[in-house]
Amino acid sequence: MRYLPLTDADRAEIKNVIGIENTEELFSDIPEDKRYYPLDKIPSALTEDEIIKKFKEIARKNCFSEYLSFLGAGAYNHFTPEVVSHLSQKGEFLTPYTPYQPEVSQGSLQAMFEYQTMMTMLTGMDVSNASLYDGGTAAAEGVLLALRKARKKSRILISSGLHPEYIEIINTYINNLDYQAEIVDTDEQTGTVNLDDLKGKMDENTAGFIFQSPNFFGIVEDSQAISDLLHENKAYSIQAVSEAMSMAFLSPAGQKGVDIIVGEAQSFGLPLGFGGPFLGFIATKKDFIRQLPGRIVGQTLDKDGKRGYVLTLSTREQHIKREKATSNICTNQAWCALHAGIYLATMGKKGLNEISKANHLNTAYFVKEVGKYSHIKIRYKQNFYNEVVLEVKNMKVDNFLGELQKKGILCGIPLKWFFPDQQEAILVNFTELHKKDDIDKLVKAIGELK
Amino acid sequence: MNSLPELIFEISKEGKTGYSFSKTEFSDELIAIDKNKVREDLESFPQVSEVEIVRHYTNLAHLNHSVDSGFYPLGSCTMKYNPKINEKIAGMEELSAHPYSPHQVVQGNLEIINSLEKWLVDITGMDSFTLTPAAGAHGEFVGMQIIRKYLSTQGNPRKIVLIPDSAHGTNPASAHFAGYDIKEIPSNADGIIDVETLKEYLNEDVAALMMTNPNTLGIFEKNIMEISQALHKNGSLLYMDGANMNAFMGIAKPGDLGVDVVHLNLHKTFSTPHGGGGPGCGPIGVAKHLSGFLPVPTVDKKEGEYRVEYFKKEGIGRVKNFYGNFLVMVRALVYLLSLGRENIRKVGEDAVLNANYIRKKLEGLLDLPYKSRTLHEVIFSDKNLKVKTLDIAKRLLDFGIHPFTVYFPLIVHGAMMIEPTETESKETLDSFVEAMKEILKEAENNPEVLENAPHTTPVKRLDEVLAARKLQVKWEKEEKS
Repeated sequence: MRYLPLTDADRAEIKNVIGIENTEELFSDIPEDKRYYPLDKIPSALTEDEIIKKFKEIARKNCFSEYLSFLGAGAYNHFTPEVVSHLSQKGEFLTPYTPYQPEVSQGSLQAMFEYQTMMTMLTGMDVSNASLYDGGTAAAEGVLLALRKARKKSRILISSGLHPEYIEIINTYINNLDYQAEIVDTDEQTGTVNLDDLKGKMDENTAGFIFQSPNFFGIVEDSQAISDLLHENKAYSIQAVSEAMSMAFLSPAGQKGVDIIVGEAQSFGLPLGFGGPFLGFIATKKDFIRQLPGRIVGQTLDKDGKRGYVLTLSTREQHIKREKATSNICTNQAWCALHAGIYLATMGKKGLNEISKANHLNTAYFVKEVGKYSHIKIRYKQNFYNEVVLEVKNMKVDNFLGELQKKGILCGIPLKWFFPDQQEAILVNFTELHKKDDIDKLVKAIGELK
Repeated sequence: MNSLPELIFEISKEGKTGYSFSKTEFSDELIAIDKNKVREDLESFPQVSEVEIVRHYTNLAHLNHSVDSGFYPLGSCTMKYNPKINEKIAGMEELSAHPYSPHQVVQGNLEIINSLEKWLVDITGMDSFTLTPAAGAHGEFVGMQIIRKYLSTQGNPRKIVLIPDSAHGTNPASAHFAGYDIKEIPSNADGIIDVETLKEYLNEDVAALMMTNPNTLGIFEKNIMEISQALHKNGSLLYMDGANMNAFMGIAKPGDLGVDVVHLNLHKTFSTPHGGGGPGCGPIGVAKHLSGFLPVPTVDKKEGEYRVEYFKKEGIGRVKNFYGNFLVMVRALVYLLSLGRENIRKVGEDAVLNANYIRKKLEGLLDLPYKSRTLHEVIFSDKNLKVKTLDIAKRLLDFGIHPFTVYFPLIVHGAMMIEPTETESKETLDSFVEAMKEILKEAENNPEVLENAPHTTPVKRLDEVLAARKLQVKWEKEEKS
């Protein structure tokens, strides 16, 4: 076996040194009738060429790539420059552990410091951590951060425009702690947070409100108005972002009064990968830093006074604080953050903004083009970013999507999956990878379903 | 003063480009967002050419020690070799589907999830698995939620989780976030849980015991059957932290040992790369009575087709977006298929042989606080030495060896926790032993060499206190000189 360098002679010598006859003696603490069970259920080993063949066969059972896809809703298909994957796949980045020995981990640590910096630039916040698992768990950690910071308050408000999976995850996270959550409605006319409802539901015990922008329906919220309302009531403003690409085109949350920003940064170069690994992020204001969850990289000096980087503020973390830690997180998505950092540096100041704008323009073109049809309707025609809600007026959504699938198009995600009362609606996403031809093809196919 | 590469922001220059992508076919007139919602620009964002990007990150990569570059016996982390074929398969575009794709177009991916679950069931003897947790600690949290939900349906979630004093910090943190109070129980002189001591702690408030096995001293909890019986008699459950499963994969099954919930780390036992701190995958296996409480989504084969249950009503709910870290699962499945029946047991055997070889070779030179039989790792202390554990660790860096885990478990003074794994050759172990011997000689005769170590690394010993006191967690523009 090529992963096992010991030869039989080595094994014999080691046994001799240890002073045992049979390897099984090493396992004598395991109850005798429970050890060395029959392995007949386990399949035989495959050679490397057989592995490749097998996975090609498995891959053939996937046929998604035959379709023109407009699926988004928290996972987005963006362009990744070749250098990004080439560099992040280097064994020196891929195969170390968490940088517990900083003197031999400066590569990962500096790259992480740069990632943190770029995330603060994008979000307009003071500090960013070095990653969380994904958008949904980042949302939950953001809520817990606000609750910790607010100390004695125990109530959290959640926008119904937050990704439904994020809401479910928040609920799982706070379920067994003494916290309460309540949903704030979305205004049907504008597709944004219903500020009256928010106002009405706020009380002295409310620690904060989490909303998404662009929200699950694709609409950019008025983060400033929301934050102002929250601050008047001494509650924290938590913004979630499921499409990080939007941050390169939209005003930074930090300039709109938001206290904590959390979200999903898969869009920064990570493949769709059937949903993971993705990249959760969290950034906030300076005075929240001692309550932040996860790893943080900080700059320091070495013995000779030279610049270097270390994991810092570890007194927040589980290996020091145990049950009093700010989070139980240990292994995170460090490599994903490194990969995203390389992506951000490669796209750079100009590229990132251009690509982000292209997402919006493609979506706007679709909205304009389908405006001519009466059998479908775009629910919100203003302030969308790269996703829109399409309402089907002349047939059942399943039939509509099924017909388009027959034409080789995955048009979007039916909102009824998450909202039983939204039987007519589909969430459709456009990125920079869609060309005018692709959008025209979708528009034409929709036209044929009159 | 600076011996590291400059920061990406410091090499940035107005007008440089690192990417190439086709221009949009549409004009700004189409913009449908209010002006005040659009940002001006990405001020201070890097502008670097492609070749500079490549050199920047290549130079950074050279500053890292990694499994690919050398020995990495970091205890409890199972720093085994990460096979390259795993990366190749995980990188296949044909697997990189959108997670909301209709199930008919992703049958291959669902088969991968289902196959890995089956493998893990066969290896652990548990009834069923969820692969959604993103890491070990995430798995612990999910496992404790499952226990809580199960006990709640029995009428009382109970209040306390017992955790041995040798446990990893994530255990108490995870149990806490699942709503439990923690009670620490002492290990006995042999470094394991004493059944009689455990019984003293058992009462109607105890929900579960979280037990790492083999524990963080590398010792198998040989009373596991009695422990499990005592817990079950009390209506409590046994959670096994399987972070150290590499020690006995293919040798015994947690499901045969009275375990109710176990978590595995695909990024330890199952060879997926640690990535400098993630991503991982922390599958949770449960006994039959807990199967109904697994989180969503679940994948099943019905009538020859893989189907997804995305919104199950029972169960603990959702803990992570989509299916979890799918591409990590792909790597683990490739690994298991590569091992097969012929090798799966050899992994544990060789890992334990290697660890015991190191133990034997260093036993006379370092204090061994627990004399019990150890499996995949061995823990020494810095008792009777003129230098501290940290000094030895830092000196090892000069030998091109990543140090062992230091100062953990907390119950050992100056702990040095050494886990070689099965993917190291005897020659590597011998050179480590030689390095340790030399360092221990220096500790005796010339301790300053250790106290000032490392001497050959890209930076010298770094001031962690300064980092925390004078926080600088991002690059600031003004700093540019």
